[in-house]
Amino acid sequence: MTSETSRPARTLPGFPAAAKAALADTQLRRNLGKATTTIRDKRARVVGEMSDWEALRTAGSAIKADVMRHLDRYLLQLEESVTRAGGVVHWARDAAEANALITRLVKEASAERVVKVKSLTTDEIGLNAALRRAGITAIETDLAELIIQLAGETSSHILVPAIHKNRSEIRDLFRRTIAQGQELTDEPRELAAAARRYLREQFLSAQVAISGANFAVAETGTVAVVESEGNGRMCLTLPRTLITVMGIEKLIPTFQDFEVFLQLLPRSSTGERMNPYTSLWTGVTPGDGPQTFHLVLLDNGRTRVLASEVGRQTLHCIRCSACLNICPVYARTGGHAYGSVYPGPIGAILTPQLLGLDRAKTLPYASSLCGACYEVCPVKINIPETLLHLRGEVTKHAGPLNPEAVVMRRLADVFASQRRYELAQRLGRDGQRFFIHDGVIDRLPGMLAGWSRARDLQPLPQQTFRAWWRDRERQKENG
Amino acid sequence: MAESAKDEILARIRAALATAPDVAPAPRAYLRRDGRDRAAIIAELIDRLRDYKATVERVESAALPSAIADACMRHGIHRLTVPADVLGEWIPAGIEALRDTSSLTNEALDGSDGVLTGCAYAVAQTGTIALDGGAYQGRRALSLVPDRHLCVVREEQVVGIVPEIIERLMSQPAHPITFISGPSATSDIELSRVEGVHGPRTLHVILVGVED
Repeated sequence: MTSETSRPARTLPGFPAAAKAALADTQLRRNLGKATTTIRDKRARVVGEMSDWEALRTAGSAIKADVMRHLDRYLLQLEESVTRAGGVVHWARDAAEANALITRLVKEASAERVVKVKSLTTDEIGLNAALRRAGITAIETDLAELIIQLAGETSSHILVPAIHKNRSEIRDLFRRTIAQGQELTDEPRELAAAARRYLREQFLSAQVAISGANFAVAETGTVAVVESEGNGRMCLTLPRTLITVMGIEKLIPTFQDFEVFLQLLPRSSTGERMNPYTSLWTGVTPGDGPQTFHLVLLDNGRTRVLASEVGRQTLHCIRCSACLNICPVYARTGGHAYGSVYPGPIGAILTPQLLGLDRAKTLPYASSLCGACYEVCPVKINIPETLLHLRGEVTKHAGPLNPEAVVMRRLADVFASQRRYELAQRLGRDGQRFFIHDGVIDRLPGMLAGWSRARDLQPLPQQTFRAWWRDRERQKENG
Repeated sequence: MAESAKDEILARIRAALATAPDVAPAPRAYLRRDGRDRAAIIAELIDRLRDYKATVERVESAALPSAIADACMRHGIHRLTVPADVLGEWIPAGIEALRDTSSLTNEALDGSDGVLTGCAYAVAQTGTIALDGGAYQGRRALSLVPDRHLCVVREEQVVGIVPEIIERLMSQPAHPITFISGPSATSDIELSRVEGVHGPRTLHVILVGVED
């Protein structure tokens, strides 16, 4: 099995086209605007309470840099400590290998149904579909994940995956699926209670649970899941077998490091001082919780990211989603436009590196480079720097004969000579009248069409500054 | 397959890091100790618990049994799950106690009206209660499945900030640890907060004062 097999066969759809469709959806824009503003304000409030926030960010960033620098050593240490505590550690090079492995583990536990804690990593590898092909039903237990699973959709936000659906859509969905024949209003409280009733039966009878991991401690083998609803605790506590899938970058060196990350994550993520529930477990504990514990360590492109000097910091990400909420692009297009499990600014740098730049080359451009994402990142990932680096890579790979490079070289010639520059201005002024509609240029011809696809251009003024200046000087002389 | 997944991943990592520069040890310039006095810390814990809609009451040690009895009455608890080591004097008269001596089934836990536990520590700044399977806490399912959680916190178990609780838990990290910071909650539907999803929908904290 090679890393090639882990790449999806398709190339992601381009961001500009997907964004245009999302922008036309006014309901989506309203939901997104409300959601991102609310979380952004909450985050700012609870971060503002912490006098040592910058020191925590600095520590978080440095701890993660150390993890990446010594990733091989820490992974071996983690394997040893988990094994010592009664767990079983597995390694998976790519999605296909991980899915085959997890399917086998579920079958060994004689289960046809598994309960799942929300996990981006399992979304990334397409685990649910792989299990379904093997005849195993995976039930998502996070409320939003359940909603989008029932709707047959994909997540649009790391943290609030169903941010694009409103309450009446959810009520109609529940009436069709998990709450058939039940009286149900569109009150969020009632909808949550309906999900509780349905899922409680699943929790109490499930034999196998599958989770992701927020952190795993190399020193002790302790794994952490942070959550709000209690579905995580249910999955991590009640079934007999627990299978946890984690990207190899989720490591932290010591138990003490929790003092940094358990402060950074909840405040950055949901804007809470602490999320309602955090579970830490180490291997298996006789008489308490699952008695079989499998930990699957997943590469799936991460070592490719690790190899890039600039891109390496992308692996520091603790999946808080603060960069999504602050991003002016994300707040308008939502997550689906990014065409990947990882949306927003972090997705714009992570996805192209995980999949290979050739499969997602429009994503590094899905940003205005305003830098707000860097400012809010709890582990100081310099997203703008990485975006620019990736844009550079895209251009480098495009070669000297690509249209943009050719045009830029011609432009350089034009700008180098006053005569050619003024000639070009005159040609533009005369030629543009064919493209002006309602006072703006909304569609440019030929190779320039890409420019006007997502923006209207102001027409060139009838008089340029240079011409105006010359007239003024002339009038002064005459006057 | 010639090479194991483990060997290949480790080889990829080593190749990726071949020219990577060394990194400096992490500077830990953040707060590690809360310098405030005890009264301020306790007051903050109460404030934070109430902020996320837990019920909090503060009692003297001698008044604990009657506070537990009152809480059961208030929340309509008749069948009360208790860890095997909970003191007999904590269990109110007239309440059917399900003592977790012979591993209660999940269905039995689901059928009880509430659970009574102690805790390991609490953090004022975040309103967090930590359970680590130690005294009066039992296994994790006990404080999870029943719908009402009565939790006894002694004031000497309260610390100010997160690093202080991590330091205390470091000695025995092998125990499963649960941090509870409010009743379970979701904001998944239009970001409107609903308290009580899968965990206990009611959290009632009885804070027991230090004897003079």
